Amino acid sequence: METHDIVEDRIRSGHMACPGCGVVIAMRLVLRALGPKTLAVIIPSCSSIIAATHPHSSLRVPAFHGTFETAAPTAAGLSYAMKIRGKEDIAVVAFAGDGGTFDIGLQSLSGTADRNEDYIYVCLDNEAYMNTGIQASSATPQSAWTITTPGGRTSRKKNIMEIMAAHRIPYAATASIGYPQDLMDKVRKARGMKGTKFIHVLTPCATGWRMAENLTATAAMLAVETKIFPLYEIMGGKKYTITYEPIGLPVEEYLKSQGRYRHLSPAEIERIQAEADEEWEGLFQRATGCRPLPVNERGVI
Amino acid sequence: MRDLLSGNYAIAEAVRMAKAQLIPAYPITPQTPIYERLSEMESNGVLPGIMVRVESEHSAMAMCVSASLAGVRVFTATSSQGIALMHEMLHFASGNRVPVVMGCVNRVLAAPWSFGSDQTDTLSQRDTGWMQFYCEDNQEAFDTVIQAYRISEATLLPSMVIIDAFFNSHFIEPMDLPDQDQIDLFLPPPFLPERFDLDNPAFVSNVVTAGTQFAPFRETAFHDMENAKEVIGEVDREYREQFGRGYGMVEAVRTGDARLILVTSGSMTSTARVAIDALRAKGLSVGLLKIKAFRPFPWKEVREALQNAPKAVVIDRNISLGKEGIFCQELKSAIANSKARPQVYGYIAGLDGVDVSPEVIEGICLEALNKEAPDDLPVWVRG
Repeated sequence: METHDIVEDRIRSGHMACPGCGVVIAMRLVLRALGPKTLAVIIPSCSSIIAATHPHSSLRVPAFHGTFETAAPTAAGLSYAMKIRGKEDIAVVAFAGDGGTFDIGLQSLSGTADRNEDYIYVCLDNEAYMNTGIQASSATPQSAWTITTPGGRTSRKKNIMEIMAAHRIPYAATASIGYPQDLMDKVRKARGMKGTKFIHVLTPCATGWRMAENLTATAAMLAVETKIFPLYEIMGGKKYTITYEPIGLPVEEYLKSQGRYRHLSPAEIERIQAEADEEWEGLFQRATGCRPLPVNERGVI
Repeated sequence: MRDLLSGNYAIAEAVRMAKAQLIPAYPITPQTPIYERLSEMESNGVLPGIMVRVESEHSAMAMCVSASLAGVRVFTATSSQGIALMHEMLHFASGNRVPVVMGCVNRVLAAPWSFGSDQTDTLSQRDTGWMQFYCEDNQEAFDTVIQAYRISEATLLPSMVIIDAFFNSHFIEPMDLPDQDQIDLFLPPPFLPERFDLDNPAFVSNVVTAGTQFAPFRETAFHDMENAKEVIGEVDREYREQFGRGYGMVEAVRTGDARLILVTSGSMTSTARVAIDALRAKGLSVGLLKIKAFRPFPWKEVREALQNAPKAVVIDRNISLGKEGIFCQELKSAIANSKARPQVYGYIAGLDGVDVSPEVIEGICLEALNKEAPDDLPVWVRG
């Protein structure tokens, strides 16, 4: 790969994202890491708007706008076609939102993962149906406000990574726009592997999360540093590696940055803290085989 | 080569010989033997293409659409609930102008649950922008799959090749399988537009502008579907020249002097041929019009065939609640502006694969011949 290809952006300026959009940052990083020999599948979501209307394209790679629940089989179909036509050096990436992944597209995603079809699935998770205007999905965290959950969502966020790990796909990773190098490293790693690769990117949405447009990257970093959204990868559904050790800030630091959590009581914040700690402990154990030390013994805040 | 094959196996043979390159498949009765047979061929190393055992018909069509856009010849098959589940993707396929060929075996749509033939599953996909070819027998099903690839790849419109549950799908008939080199001559490898060009990247199928772009796309597709009739005719003529068999969009049998023309589609047509001969033997001047192409609808051919007959009888193995049989509606609209047109008698018969015998068909024709005028609503015939 040529050096200039590694750094060249494949999203043009003038794209149609909202100010402060986390999704477009993720798409830019993913496409930068994938390089020019890439086909993108986009489904109805914020990314389909970002990529522009006919006959324009804000992408510098060929892309196809499929249907909402078919990001996975659409990408797999392209991947088979590349193989049949002797163009196996072309990577196929599917971009889907959290609704298209956790909800309506889960069945077909499971199908392609089961068959281990050769493509990279990138879930751009802004934790609600943001393109239709902030309706809750099963990726919306418990207690978070959306227009369809005015009092806060009652169910906990679905653990999509465990679902993907259960398919024993070669590679699954979480990534954050707050940690671009980690994100791009994971994308490059995925590109070098055969089979279904799944990358779950937290992409804060200033509009839907009710926060200032300049806080997108900060919110993404706080999600990681509070262990709400840890950065890790799973090889073959089994081998867990934490790729970044978070500081372990109190979850309140993350929650208070967003208007969607403004209504939370101290008890609810405490519950979210307890759940984040419990999830982290489980992840740490899977990654190291040991329980993590209690926070105060490790001398971190 | 002569062989004995079911309709499902005939379709599978055609898909193999057409060298379909990608076949996403999902089981549903009564189409399943197509999937099983193709799997067996793959396992024996005689299938040129790749099979993918997808998790739903919806995903099968999603995969067909993207692979076809990338220049690959694809096939899938389904029935009934599977066609209904695919509905969204059927519109999406035709809108993206992909030459997908799909085998459809007509089966009742639930509820109530059942498995026999009823054309309502495919007919209710009338407005999805797919060409639809209703086949009378297993030989025609084979020949039509081969033809459909030529037609679809020339017009960039998808095709359904349709047979009846069990009467075609499972009944074994003697048929002629052409040699592979003859099929290769007729159907060369696909040469499709390059939609994904790394050097000139485009965003395919993105959002259009309502005022200036949507309607022109639809109008172009409308005219292309109408013009597909010429392609269908040309491909059929070539096929007849090379293989000695052709079908036309319609087939008129003994209609020239007929006082009554019976109109049928699908496997019922074979039985109707027998009934017509029996009625002729009794001195009644009765003819038969078989409608093979439902989309594009051969309105000109239908008008011509019916122009001199005082009466037409349409037997539908399907029903549109709140109106009547669907072929009957289509036929009425096709002749609405004809100068001379017959009275049209609508009958509903054979739903859920109930046998429609030559005697039943003769009875229907005699009843219509003796009536002064047609009923407003269709007449229901029980087996």
